[in-house]
Amino acid sequence: MTPSIKSQTRSSFCPDPSAGVAFVADGQASCSYSQSSADSVWAEAMKILMLGWEFPPYISGGLGTACYGLTKGMSQIGAQVLFVLPRPAAGQAGSHLQVLSPSDLQAINAASADIPTDMPNVTIKAVDALLQPYTGQAQHARHLADLQAIQQAGQPAGEQQPAEFVDLPASAAHYHGDLLKEVRRYAHLVTDLARQHTFDIIHAHDWMTYPAGLALAKATKKPLVVHIHSTEFDRSGQHANQAVYDIERQGMHAADRVIAVSHLTKSICTARYGISADKVEVVYNAILNGHQPLNDRRITIAKGEKIVLFLGRITMQKGPEYFLAAAKKVLGVMENVKFIMAGSGDMTRRTIELAAAMGIGHKVLFPGFLRGQDVEKVYRMADLYVMPSVSEPFGIAPLEAMSNDVPVIISKQSGVSELLTHVLSVDFWDIDEMANKIVAVLRHPPLQTTLRQHGSFEVRKLSWQDSAQQCIKVYQSVLSGRAKRSAEPSADPA
Amino acid sequence: MASVCFYFQVHQPYRLRRYTIFDSDADYFDEYHNKQIIHKVAEKCYLPTNRLILDLINKYPGRFKVAYSCTGVLIEQLERYAPEVMSTFHALADTGSVEFLAETYYHSLAFLHSRQEFAEQISLHSDLIQHHFNQRPSIFRNTELIYNNDLAAFVAQMGYRGILVEGADHILGYRSPNFLYHPPGDPNTTLLLKNYRLSDDIAFRFSQRSWAEWPLTAEKFADWIHQVNGNGYTVNLFMDYETFGEHQWADTGIFTFLEHLPEQIFAHPDDNFKTPSELIQAYQPSDQLDVPYMISWADTERDLSAWLGNAMQSNALYELYRLEQQVKDSQDDDILRDWRRLQTSDHFYYMCTKYFADGDVHKYFNPYESPYDSYINFMNVLDNLRARLRR
Repeated sequence: MTPSIKSQTRSSFCPDPSAGVAFVADGQASCSYSQSSADSVWAEAMKILMLGWEFPPYISGGLGTACYGLTKGMSQIGAQVLFVLPRPAAGQAGSHLQVLSPSDLQAINAASADIPTDMPNVTIKAVDALLQPYTGQAQHARHLADLQAIQQAGQPAGEQQPAEFVDLPASAAHYHGDLLKEVRRYAHLVTDLARQHTFDIIHAHDWMTYPAGLALAKATKKPLVVHIHSTEFDRSGQHANQAVYDIERQGMHAADRVIAVSHLTKSICTARYGISADKVEVVYNAILNGHQPLNDRRITIAKGEKIVLFLGRITMQKGPEYFLAAAKKVLGVMENVKFIMAGSGDMTRRTIELAAAMGIGHKVLFPGFLRGQDVEKVYRMADLYVMPSVSEPFGIAPLEAMSNDVPVIISKQSGVSELLTHVLSVDFWDIDEMANKIVAVLRHPPLQTTLRQHGSFEVRKLSWQDSAQQCIKVYQSVLSGRAKRSAEPSADPA
Repeated sequence: MASVCFYFQVHQPYRLRRYTIFDSDADYFDEYHNKQIIHKVAEKCYLPTNRLILDLINKYPGRFKVAYSCTGVLIEQLERYAPEVMSTFHALADTGSVEFLAETYYHSLAFLHSRQEFAEQISLHSDLIQHHFNQRPSIFRNTELIYNNDLAAFVAQMGYRGILVEGADHILGYRSPNFLYHPPGDPNTTLLLKNYRLSDDIAFRFSQRSWAEWPLTAEKFADWIHQVNGNGYTVNLFMDYETFGEHQWADTGIFTFLEHLPEQIFAHPDDNFKTPSELIQAYQPSDQLDVPYMISWADTERDLSAWLGNAMQSNALYELYRLEQQVKDSQDDDILRDWRRLQTSDHFYYMCTKYFADGDVHKYFNPYESPYDSYINFMNVLDNLRARLRR
């Protein structure tokens, strides 16, 4: 077991809601969070262990961006975060635990400069597990097969004692063939690592980390909060995989509280996973502020050519074929338009072929997966960003587009549509309306102007500090709920 | 002596149907919804309120009086979808206690873009009122009480004797809306100012339980009116007719309030009801009112920002009025009618982004999910109208 963690008491960190002390956000303005004394938060005293699977620069999508933003928000309001993530590099199987400071990370991956160096209260630790979600349909299918095999062989990882994990082989070579083992090994490594640290609460991001979160919660008796960035239904439509679903369900049920990225996602948690609505809090994602787009350096492909941008994984849930169908309709009424589909994914090839078959191949460009500067550049080229997602728990990309002063069209089937008003929204299947709106934006400069003006203002009001603050509130209610429960029985005999 | 001057605005626009870039027919208006809304409002407001007003006029013949401004587009729709409402308006007109005011036939913002179109619409409207109610309006109210000195001069030159104006604080300053005024240099035209506090007590605050004066009784309100004695001649209560039964539902007691108001007003022997024309007959303007900038009765700003607050609104209006000459040259009555129906101010109000995020009154009256959708729809229709002109 983990005596060092067990013996550590939470009391020194436990906030006293009645104290009425307004929290100060890292020397910055603090008033917005302290409407009443009960709401004020001792964020500075809070120590959070976060379990994630991506973090810049190792990202494949929105999850890493969200984890980075949330952690940064936490740091800015003074909370202490220990962020544990699997190390995506292969090899070094012998070393179970790799402790990396941000600068070490930078040294290892000098090519990417996105390492957080501005988070004073955050420690990032990478352990040598090889969790890789979203690896394409073929790989995903393989993962699922592995998961099923392992599920049949034994209980889900979280139900087992962490000690049992120790003997599992830790070889990078087994990655594709042994995902759940990696999940379990990650759980073990995390438990190991946690022995050396003190914290108040465990916050696990998406299903791959739930077994680790559960094991850790069991070992340390610390409360567990699981954060739903997407569910199996968002990733796989109606063909949800039972093994993944089971892990998600178990994580949500065992957790003290569930955080969903939107009401859309919350409704999936209640309807599909049987979680009671009052256990689920909605905390929206945000975007890092301070970004200044360079308006005057708008790039165009050819003079007078309009550019409509799709940016995201080219996969079923992102609705690439609806984008193409709308593009075809737009080209029926407008000549000078090009469509850029940036990203990669299991449907890339099919989408390229589809564009060709529709006779619009020469109007649709596929630049592949873009990073860093290239993303900024493509936003600067775009007259319009379209997110036609079939299912999108949140959708951070539209916020990025808006902060780059690009008007956006988003699908109504996205969590972010609950939050944004200065955008155009359509049902993903309504390609007539999508085309109608694309044409309107391209044709009417006043529409672009109004969307840009209000949109950039709206998006700048969103802050990760607010999201972090909402998470802290969730932690507090969990902790005070526990404190109450543990106080009651001791009061009875007296 | 304190007079109460009631004026009710009665208007419903022709709402547009969903019209995409792929549509090419000339059916722009959502007949189904427009009809449905007329039916709903007729049942909840127009019919019961007209009946009540008629009863009150019969109960206090020659003493209880009101004024209406019915837009041309409303009258067209009532004739078509709810003729029974028109017959109650005819009955009201026959009592001789009801005054009908002049405005633009299409409830438009024409004054801001085309004086010629503005004048044409006013004439069309006055003709329509004369045709239906057998009286020629002599008092003018512009769409949403949009007003400035220029408008006063223009309308006076058209022969109207009085104009209704919002009693905005920033125009009146220390002065009271309970006196009559005249525009600079024109003592013969009288301005009647809306007492927005007392008007809004009925139109907006009547059912607000958080309001300190809730519940508002006829007796209490009549007392407030009476307090004006010695400090003004009239309390001008200007409001949307839909206040009765639609904005304030029947179960708020709004009809009971209206029913008992006359007897409570008459309980003070000095107080009475007057129509705008009677006010102008009875009292002299006390002062000159200089309004160099555009004002209106909308929102807290009392300016044009509800219709011209963003780039989409300015653009849509500009593009619409740019077609005027072509439309009139075309000699095509259908095109002219459609072009004019597109001028109704509601279309531009729907495009307002001012309070969009707050979900307030703008949203309540908006058939669109967002102001952007409304602009896109409008521009698609306008595009088609332009194409028809080219044919």
